[in-house]
Amino acid sequence: MQTLSLFWDFFQYQFLGMQWLNKLVGKMLTAFGMSTDSRLTGSLQFFIYDTIKIFILLCSLIFIISYIQSYFPPEKTKQILGRFKGISANILGALLGTVTPFCSCSSIPLFIGFSSAGVPIGVSFSFLISSPLVDLGAFILLTSIFGGKIAVVYVLVGLILAVFGGMLIDKLKMSDQIEDYIKNIQNNIDITLPDLTKKDRAIYAKTQMQQTFKKVFPYVLIGVGIGSLIHNWIPQSFVENVLGSGNPFSVLLATLIGMPMYADIFGSIPIAEALYYKGAGLGTILSFMMAVTALSLPSVIMLRNAIKPKLLATFVAIVGIGIIIIGYFFNFTQFLF
Amino acid sequence: MMEIKILGSGCKKCQETKAVVDKVIAELGCEANIEKVEDFAKIASYGVMQTPAVVVNGKVKIVGKVPTPAEVMSVLEP
Repeated sequence: MQTLSLFWDFFQYQFLGMQWLNKLVGKMLTAFGMSTDSRLTGSLQFFIYDTIKIFILLCSLIFIISYIQSYFPPEKTKQILGRFKGISANILGALLGTVTPFCSCSSIPLFIGFSSAGVPIGVSFSFLISSPLVDLGAFILLTSIFGGKIAVVYVLVGLILAVFGGMLIDKLKMSDQIEDYIKNIQNNIDITLPDLTKKDRAIYAKTQMQQTFKKVFPYVLIGVGIGSLIHNWIPQSFVENVLGSGNPFSVLLATLIGMPMYADIFGSIPIAEALYYKGAGLGTILSFMMAVTALSLPSVIMLRNAIKPKLLATFVAIVGIGIIIIGYFFNFTQFLF
Repeated sequence: MMEIKILGSGCKKCQETKAVVDKVIAELGCEANIEKVEDFAKIASYGVMQTPAVVVNGKVKIVGKVPTPAEVMSVLEP
């Protein structure tokens, strides 16, 4: 048992957290004559270490995830989901959402495809909620910073939010709120995608990695920049008072700020990390990260092409309120972690 | 004549796909009718759920990624 916990600590702090990298950067800066006690050097060390760490994690995670996702094209998901009913369909939708590759510009064809296959809109929404919110990348990143326990609970509550959010939407009977041109597409077409060889999958994974890297790296730099500012320049008392679990409005604030933001999880994690170690409530920062990834102005605008304003507002409200509830839950139970 | 349709709603990846297809057709010098389809209903009518997609003579050949010139060449038919 001792060896298991030692091994896990090594995995979390040295493999994922790359503390050896932090020390290495610190030594290098000292070699340049910069004292790691000074604020400026401290910020610089954090900036260099965190940027490299995130880029390494980003590239390896995106590659592995894309490889796995090549086995779960949405066309296949559609065929699977079409065969299930009730809560099991929502659960399956939420689970498949985590492993299916999804770019928000494909959200309309995806929604149409599901709809024409007879998948209830609540199930499509379970998919749409879990897809950006929960994935292997987020899980590994969270483990590297907050530990395995928190990461697992994050995934579980994310899935629960997706399942119940979707079921609630079904219960509200808003199928008339889907745009007419989608409802009018009655015929369900199942196209057979060509079989992929292992090499095809590796090429696909590599391309996804390169494209995501290019798209995301400015956000990472900004995120780490803000994180290092917080790390060394923002006083702990300020963070604790405004964002700590003692402030009843911190979760609300974090969620409302995060919702319209369009940022990648790799960029928001360094900010969340810095705030957490300065005393922000666990629930507050988890709400922030969930709000940033689950909802964004561009994805909501895209969705407006498929569903009418009333359903769109309901969707945003359900996800927002769900995230706020989760935030308060984590703040109250923080001592357990 | 070859009918090529590029399905996509106008995001960067779809524009890049059209650029690749245009280039390959121009380099091969073959006759083809290239059309960009941005209407969601029409895209969905092909059963496509991930854009960009490339349809050649009515058959969906490439889905969900920007193809390389080699990939485009391998799916062309007269």
